[in-house]
Amino acid sequence: MNLDQAFFLYFAAMIVVFSIVTITRKNPVYAVMALLVVFFHVAGLYVLLNAEFIAALQVVVYAGAILVLYLFVLMLLSVPREALGAAAHRRWPVYALVGGATTFEIALLLARSKFAPRPGPYPPDVVREMGSTQAIGTVLFTEFLYPFEVISLVLLVAMIGAIVLTKKWTPAQGGEEGR
Amino acid sequence: MTIPLSWVLALSAVVFGIGVIGLLTRRNILILLMSLELILNAANINLVAFSNHLHSMRGNVIVVFTIAVAAAEAAVGLAILLALFRNRRTVNLDEVREMKG
Amino acid sequence: MTRSVVLFRDLLIPILPLAAFLVNGLFGRWTREKAHWVSVPAVVLSFLLSLFVLKDVLSGVNTYASLYRWITVGAFDVSVGVMIDPLTAVMLIVVTSVSSLVHIYSIGYMHGDKGYARFFAYLSLFTFSMLMLVLSNNLLELFVFWEAVGLCSYLLIGHWYDRRSAADAATKAFVVNRVGDFGFGLGLLLIFVTLGTLDYQAVFLGAKAATNQTVDLLAPFGGKLDVGLVTLIALLLFAGAMGKSAQLPLHVWLPDAMEGPTPVSALIHAATMVTAGVYMVARMHPVFELSPSAMATVAVVGGGTAIFAATIGLVQNDIKRVVAYSTVSQLGYMFLACGIGAYGIAIFHLMTHAFFKGLLFLGAGSVIHALSGEQDIRKMGGLRNKIPATYLTFLIGSLSLAGVPLFAGFFSKDEILTRAFFAGDLGRVLWGVALLGALLTAFYAFRLVYLVFHGETRLLPDAAHHVHESPPVMTVPLWILAVLAVFSGWVGIPLIAGGDKIGHFLEPVFKGVAHVAHADIRLEFWLIAVSVIVALLGIAVADMFYRTRPAMPDKVASAWPRFYSLLLNKWWFDEIFDWAIVRPTRRISEAFLWKVADVRIIDAFVNGVGSVTQQAAASWRRIQTGLTQDYAMTVVLGLLAIVAVWLAAW
Repeated sequence: MNLDQAFFLYFAAMIVVFSIVTITRKNPVYAVMALLVVFFHVAGLYVLLNAEFIAALQVVVYAGAILVLYLFVLMLLSVPREALGAAAHRRWPVYALVGGATTFEIALLLARSKFAPRPGPYPPDVVREMGSTQAIGTVLFTEFLYPFEVISLVLLVAMIGAIVLTKKWTPAQGGEEGR
Repeated sequence: MTIPLSWVLALSAVVFGIGVIGLLTRRNILILLMSLELILNAANINLVAFSNHLHSMRGNVIVVFTIAVAAAEAAVGLAILLALFRNRRTVNLDEVREMKG
Repeated sequence: MTRSVVLFRDLLIPILPLAAFLVNGLFGRWTREKAHWVSVPAVVLSFLLSLFVLKDVLSGVNTYASLYRWITVGAFDVSVGVMIDPLTAVMLIVVTSVSSLVHIYSIGYMHGDKGYARFFAYLSLFTFSMLMLVLSNNLLELFVFWEAVGLCSYLLIGHWYDRRSAADAATKAFVVNRVGDFGFGLGLLLIFVTLGTLDYQAVFLGAKAATNQTVDLLAPFGGKLDVGLVTLIALLLFAGAMGKSAQLPLHVWLPDAMEGPTPVSALIHAATMVTAGVYMVARMHPVFELSPSAMATVAVVGGGTAIFAATIGLVQNDIKRVVAYSTVSQLGYMFLACGIGAYGIAIFHLMTHAFFKGLLFLGAGSVIHALSGEQDIRKMGGLRNKIPATYLTFLIGSLSLAGVPLFAGFFSKDEILTRAFFAGDLGRVLWGVALLGALLTAFYAFRLVYLVFHGETRLLPDAAHHVHESPPVMTVPLWILAVLAVFSGWVGIPLIAGGDKIGHFLEPVFKGVAHVAHADIRLEFWLIAVSVIVALLGIAVADMFYRTRPAMPDKVASAWPRFYSLLLNKWWFDEIFDWAIVRPTRRISEAFLWKVADVRIIDAFVNGVGSVTQQAAASWRRIQTGLTQDYAMTVVLGLLAIVAVWLAAW
């Protein structure tokens, strides 16, 4: 076992443990904190897999933006403690079992699959030399230019949608109060 | 290339499963949304692993897109949650049953 | 002018009335009593454009254009297009001129009607449909507009739909036409199935190639009855023509159609739509030509209808019905001409008839207008001095109808008789029949003139008070038609070399037809003399019956009471149809179709589907719990199943 593999096992263990913590906390604040740990370790995993840019993105967007959004909402909601109660669905053992079965099946599928390497134009040493940012940028702005433009539209729509949904409508603006 | 692909795939499968279980069993919409983030992360791990394995950048590019979509999803989902809470004073999904037949 | 400009001009001819229809149909609420300001200019402009087309065709320019592909399904390929040849040009002129005059006349006749804009809308729609009918370059397009003119006829007969009799007459016209159109439709199918095309030229070529093919009609039943394919096609097409042109025994709708406003009778049920059958037979003549038996059928049906309708016309008492039976009879003459291969003459008679019969109808309308709606000729008489313009024009129309020399009807009818005489043994017989018909025609035409305009007045005192000549907007079209009813015949003067201009004009269309040589000019002259004498004789008898010795008609009627009642009741055709078709249909409909097929089978099935769905839904609705996670669970179960199948199939 070399150093990379040791790091991987560490990251994997932390990811799994804190994922479980995330979905089992009664108080969402603790869940968000656990999720933050998961995201950081996933970012570390990306570095191990030669994707430094994605790792940075993971930290900046996921940990920095999305999770802060979650915390904001939690603060805005100021849910009374008792409203949080009864954390799980009434048939949760059955549902958990189904989820577990799905995982098992997927694992089985992966175990039986063979993944022959089909070397593409970006082997690790090339990527390391030019930097993963440049490598991704090259592909993103050539081959994936149109999807890239479309995704900007998606973000725009989401932004407008979020504003419209959360805005308090006054009667003068043609809607009922507090829609 | 020191980390076997199968290890990463196993990790992603486990994270995916945890996300699914969270999605299915919890009542709090916030936790549900976080479970969704877990599922998306599992998929991202997969994409990055294959990108590394196949010496291609396409997987990484798609991760960029996924993150953008996840951000959009979080924004809209949380906005809906806010609107819901404002009307119903609840964040529990099983108290919202308008679709019952 | 370039080709496309010419085509555009040609297309404007039908498009202008269509536009008028759209304006009056959609915005009739606003146009109201100004509706004629939309329709009349459109139709008159169409007429002027038609004159340009005529000029082009006279100088030898024909048009054939496909506008766009309409239907393409496998081998079935139909375009919408236009074809302009001399035959089309003649029809264009007839349709647009009569239509223009009728539109103008209607301004006066329909004045104050509550459906004024609707009337003009339908009249314009009819003009559009009729123009497209004659312009079309394939059979399917022809058929579509054939049905469209039928629809307009229905709508206009039922213009006063709040009158029960008008609504019934409209329905009758539609249903009777359906019988003929069923045959027409079958004919089209047969043409397509056997020849694989509906384009005129291709059909003609195909029919020629298929002259000797036969069809076994009884094959599905195990029997054997071979019929010539071309004969079958021609007869099926002719069935459609019989319905539209009111030939025996499908003539019953036309007299009833007189329930519509009189301008409609003039335009649709005299001048244009009813002649569509003649046009169609003339257009399809290469097919008819190939089948002597079909030709004979056309000739016999035409001749039979000519004499049959004339006998009924002798005794009818409704001014419009007399003219209507006269129309049926004259259409018979046209088919007679078609049947003996004299298509040019048939079209010639179609044209002159359109003018003089349109004139007679509009004149009758003017009489009715003057008498505030009275149509019974027994309650008329002595109108000569009170409505002189109507009288004079009506007289001209009657002279033309009777076939008095120098009037238009003389030239065309006489030519039909002459050609019949030279068309073999059957032609000789039909000549005799047609001659007798001509006698009757002259008689009933002048019976009408004498009863309506001469003698003592028999008006009801109430009506007598209000008698008034129609306004100029009605009399001017009458005068124009009167002029046409005299001079339109002069384009087809027989005997003189170069006199038969219209025949010469139409020759390119009918060039495949064997030309009958005018072998014996002297014999022909005598034939003309005979028919002139017959016409004058008819007039003389009418003069005797209704002017000099008014007691005669009753004496004759009481001498043959059975025959008189047979004619008065129109040979009992309506009653026979009622007994043989209408009543059994109603009985079957009520006993079986309604109470068994509809209630017990169709309703039961439909209700069964409904209640089964309802019961199933009542139990299945439970799976909709409204809990989001249950739906998510379904998704995951689906994933589980898919992966399981994948694993199992590895």
